[in-house]
Amino acid sequence: MTTRYFIPRDTTALAVGAQSVADALSQALQGQEDVTIVRNGSRGAFWLEPLLEIERNGQRVGFGPVSVADVPTILALGPSDQAGHPLYLGPVEAHPWFAGQQRLTFARAGLDDPLCLEAYLARHGFDGLEHAVHLPQADIVDEITRSGLRGRGGAAFPAGIKWRTVMEAAGDEKYVVCNADEGDSGTFADRLLMEADPYQLIEGMAIAGVAVGARQGYIYLRSEYPHAWDVLHKAIAKAEAAGYLGEGICDSNKHFHLELRLGAGAYICGEETALLESLEGRRGMVRAKPPLPAHQGLFGKPTVVNNVLTLAATSSIMADGAEAYAALGAARSLGTLTVQLAGNIRRGGLVEVPYGMSLRELIEQFGGGTRSGRPVRAIQVGGPLGAYLPESLWDTPLDYEAMAAVGGMLGHGGVVVFDDTVDMAEQARFAMAFCAQESCGKCTPCRVGSVRGVEVIDRIIAREEPEQNIDLLHDLCDTMEAASLCAMGGLTPHPVRSALRHFPQDFN
Amino acid sequence: MDPQRLLAQLLCQYEGMPGGLLPLLQAIQEDFGFIPRESVPAIAQVMNLSAAEVHGVISFYHDLRTEEAGRHTLQICCAESCQAAGGRALEARAQEVLGIGFGETTGDGAVTLEAVYCLGNCACSPSLRIGNNTWARVDTALLDSLIAQLRSAEVLS
Repeated sequence: MTTRYFIPRDTTALAVGAQSVADALSQALQGQEDVTIVRNGSRGAFWLEPLLEIERNGQRVGFGPVSVADVPTILALGPSDQAGHPLYLGPVEAHPWFAGQQRLTFARAGLDDPLCLEAYLARHGFDGLEHAVHLPQADIVDEITRSGLRGRGGAAFPAGIKWRTVMEAAGDEKYVVCNADEGDSGTFADRLLMEADPYQLIEGMAIAGVAVGARQGYIYLRSEYPHAWDVLHKAIAKAEAAGYLGEGICDSNKHFHLELRLGAGAYICGEETALLESLEGRRGMVRAKPPLPAHQGLFGKPTVVNNVLTLAATSSIMADGAEAYAALGAARSLGTLTVQLAGNIRRGGLVEVPYGMSLRELIEQFGGGTRSGRPVRAIQVGGPLGAYLPESLWDTPLDYEAMAAVGGMLGHGGVVVFDDTVDMAEQARFAMAFCAQESCGKCTPCRVGSVRGVEVIDRIIAREEPEQNIDLLHDLCDTMEAASLCAMGGLTPHPVRSALRHFPQDFN
Repeated sequence: MDPQRLLAQLLCQYEGMPGGLLPLLQAIQEDFGFIPRESVPAIAQVMNLSAAEVHGVISFYHDLRTEEAGRHTLQICCAESCQAAGGRALEARAQEVLGIGFGETTGDGAVTLEAVYCLGNCACSPSLRIGNNTWARVDTALLDSLIAQLRSAEVLS
């Protein structure tokens, strides 16, 4: 019986040494028969990477975090004495860090070689698409609507409504665009999914194409993700060769072609209209809405623009039904919540849980506190445009509405933890400076307001007429919020104001 | 290959591709290391744009450059997750050790230093990237040793 060794090829796993562990492993196993090394994706427990898993007689157990020096000590163990090894984790799914999660979109992440189509099919991959190609378009859209799926990029717009608008829009030429420009600091869920389970995204895009009547799709991937590019590039070619993309997908009369495009380092291209401009080969300048992309999107045609996780989720909705998806979650936040634990955190990684868990539970139960060992002081939720939350707000349930009620936002689910050494005036300044750096420049409140914001905060930090300047900063935030063309300028006041409101001592 | 022929070949390849300007510019930069200013008129002609429009696109995107970079490009993540884990110290250290600011290249042409906003490696911040390799939980000692390797032109793996 073959023994299989799994060592991830994921970006973060590689960044903490997975390649040297893989090299040591392959050297140590040279000449042995019945052994295979699988380069899987990551399961998202990055604090345990490099995570080495060994599968013998259908039993798969993990060790981590593994260094090169640990490899011979692990290989020397027999099946009966491996549990005594200090890095032994047991079956990884049963580890408390995973057992407390509800994996749906990330159920397959890290289990197999991401490019192995047979493995994807064996885990019910392409069931959703096989089902969808034989349904009338309106039935697919209905299924997505009934599931309650909302956009995972940050805006949380109901996916079914967007799809229906595009389906009903006039014209034969329509597009599906995947927003894979995951620019928010503290987020890596899209990257993990693309590197660990690329076929799920491909399947979701094909379902979207069939549903709205689009024959062409694009994935707009940020250039900071070279490994995801490599995996997606190969996965698209394999899916094409196997008949899941191209002409007559799944032996039906439906067609869907998919092309991968690379961004060029502009944060603003994560905004959907700037992304469309960029895909058309122009500067990534935000477009005024209306018209909505669903009516006039890519090349002026009706276009679905969805985030990676939104599109991926549609594959399980079409395979298992809307009811199964909607049974998870609560109120208007249905399905599962993907959170990324980042920043100064001891057990960082990707956590998929039911909606409604509190920030405190997440940080304590999964995150294990700060890596520095110092007390947590502030948590920024929802990326660079999200609020900094003080301890008094950590019991807020994590769903879209509850977060909005306390002046925050869930965004793409990034949770960045800061310990008590953080200077919140510096963080507020950075929010404005980042906006100034990444603003597309189309509207004045964002382009000029952010620069003025940095100047005003500098004066506050320098104790120049602090009271007047704090009033001025609030005025400026009002203007940016009310008059910016998109969320970049409109939401930059979130981190700034939350720092002012919750951590005023840092500005005195 | 002769640079003129290489450029002509790329122009041919991307002519007619919907929204092909950005992929064309990326391909030129991939092959030449940068986008030669003198290639702009030819790009504009093939893509049916004005030279100003092409220049506008080149200047908009952080990744695109019109001058040669150093032999290595060192990108330091300057975003919040890395700041929370000691990234600001790395930003300062890299500039101090290399003696240059962000967006500049060392006098010996070894290293170009760039600020980057998120490498998606935030569970193990702070991060930096050299070529297609990312490093996690970087401290000043690791940064110093990586910079020393870049300067001595060792191949990093």
